[in-house]
Amino acid sequence: MRPIDGPFVLTFKQSNANRIYCLNAEAERQGLHRGMAYSDARAFCPDLQSRPADPIGDERFLNVLRRWATRYCPWVGLEGADGLVLDITGAAHLFGGEAMMVTDMRQRLSKAGFSVQIGFADTRGAAWGLAHYGEGLAETGRTLDALGPLPVMALRLEDKTVTALQRLGLRTISDLAGSPRAPLTRRFGPGLMMRLDQALGRQPEQITPLADPPHYGVRITLPDPIGLHDDVMAGTSRLLDSLCAKLKTREAGARILCLTLRRVDQEAQVVELRLARPLRDPQRILPLFERGVADVDAGFGIDQMRLEATQVLPLPAQQISSVTSSRKDQLEDLISRLGTRIGLENIQRVLPADSHIPERSFLVAPAAYSEPEGPWVALRPRPLSLFPPEPIAGVGAQPPKQFRWRRMSLSTARATGPERITPEWWLEDDNWRSGVRDYWHVETRQGRRLWLYYTPQNPGWFAQGEFV
Amino acid sequence: MTSDLVTYFPLRKARVHEVYGPGSLSFAAVAAAQAGGDVFWIRERWRPEILNPIGLSAYVDPSKFLIAQVKDQAEGLAVMEDALRDGHLSLVVMELGEPLGLTEGRRLQLAAKAGKTIGLCRIPEGMGSNAAETRWHCTPVFDRDDSTLQRWEITKNKSGTLGVWHVRWNTTSRRLNVVSPALK
Repeated sequence: MRPIDGPFVLTFKQSNANRIYCLNAEAERQGLHRGMAYSDARAFCPDLQSRPADPIGDERFLNVLRRWATRYCPWVGLEGADGLVLDITGAAHLFGGEAMMVTDMRQRLSKAGFSVQIGFADTRGAAWGLAHYGEGLAETGRTLDALGPLPVMALRLEDKTVTALQRLGLRTISDLAGSPRAPLTRRFGPGLMMRLDQALGRQPEQITPLADPPHYGVRITLPDPIGLHDDVMAGTSRLLDSLCAKLKTREAGARILCLTLRRVDQEAQVVELRLARPLRDPQRILPLFERGVADVDAGFGIDQMRLEATQVLPLPAQQISSVTSSRKDQLEDLISRLGTRIGLENIQRVLPADSHIPERSFLVAPAAYSEPEGPWVALRPRPLSLFPPEPIAGVGAQPPKQFRWRRMSLSTARATGPERITPEWWLEDDNWRSGVRDYWHVETRQGRRLWLYYTPQNPGWFAQGEFV
Repeated sequence: MTSDLVTYFPLRKARVHEVYGPGSLSFAAVAAAQAGGDVFWIRERWRPEILNPIGLSAYVDPSKFLIAQVKDQAEGLAVMEDALRDGHLSLVVMELGEPLGLTEGRRLQLAAKAGKTIGLCRIPEGMGSNAAETRWHCTPVFDRDDSTLQRWEITKNKSGTLGVWHVRWNTTSRRLNVVSPALK
């Protein structure tokens, strides 16, 4: 997006109204502020430009920036939704002093197109105040001089406390620091003095640096391009070994793996492998790559291979005993292998479900994402095969003596029933619009055993299944 | 009666067999029950008929079944070959819609041999493959006192004789009983 000169705001929908989420300096000069209704803002400022805000994207971006900021010092934490806090103790001299470090930071960020407010002080509280309300450096040991003229808001206080302090005539931090402590503590509780002490360095305050999320990606760059299947598999095996070692230290297993093969002409070929369960055993994963790698077009050769675990799940170490069989593992390997051919979601298993409706009395779930369940209970005989209802000719509530089904002429020899099944009114189902059904187990003289039903509310006969 | 059903029926291991006729589904279910272990069922996605696990539970535990939904027969055959060769399943069943060529049939037979797994193809009538070990024709038969009676006939047998039996499935003991022909 190109830079915008005029007033510009980001809007965010909160409790059914578009409100200003963030705004630029020009818009602030026009009298707009955060939290203002967007329609009001348009009235104040007709040439206002806006975009919807993306708080999730902002958070993700702030994390990227946090990672970047570790170039200055190892202790970097997040501060609210839009700030970073750095503990640069012992790191400033690497950049030629504190002022030089701040200048460097400012230059790099403005080159990248960010407007940034940097506060620098002995304590976290003071740095926060400076960054938000007065931008500047507080020299070592002279925090109060720098903070003094700032408003009391700069102490990270609640709005209610700030208003009350202003009514008392305590508008700046120097006013507050000069007042007697005891009456203020009695009036506002210990929180106010704690914030002041934290800002002035009389009470310690820690910052919590965030740990880098583990990165499950490994790559190998080859001096000469390769193109043979065996060579690529050997490379994959090497990558897999180091990736699995990484997974093992974190007690995790990969569910989805992505192998990117970059060719010399800069094209990239991607082989994705979805596993039936999290794994970190290179001997088991490697054969599953065979098929995907065989389909790759190597072109003039592959000179870089990258393997990344795109979905990682926890996989704690398990006790291996002589009782647990390897049968389940082998079945899951088979599911993974066939899944690379027809898609993992196309290998399914059935699970029992609590319903009397024949077609809803079981669930079909992908085998890779479910465990076999039981027990299966058939309260009444049920057909072995089910098909969408096929109408047959018949009148009355008793099964027809003679009927035609699938171009066969059949005659009823014995009929067992009826078994009445009513629709589940709490679930909308077009197939059950015709109301209750009376099911009959009809044995024909010709041998076929059918599951017929009659719909008394909407007279008609249908065949829905076959006992064989 | 030429010979005993026992010599043919728990289907010969490491071979691919064929079954057709209206009773082929229960034949497959009985074969799954006799084989024990895990069963792989391959069906084409467009077919309207589905296997009802509730009905199947009278024969065998449906949680032992894995169902593969495939796009067409070629994909199904590839899956079946892989599954047969794997060797950890006890039975692989596939529903065929088109006749099987000699090459495909032979490949399945070799895969079954390699994995020591039983393969079973449900075929439309008259579309058998020469490579099949046995071919069965199953039809339900009406009987006055029994509603599970079936007529099983071997119509092709590579290593034995042909024969006809009347059988019924005992739901409580989960056993196959050979009975005398029904009285009309």
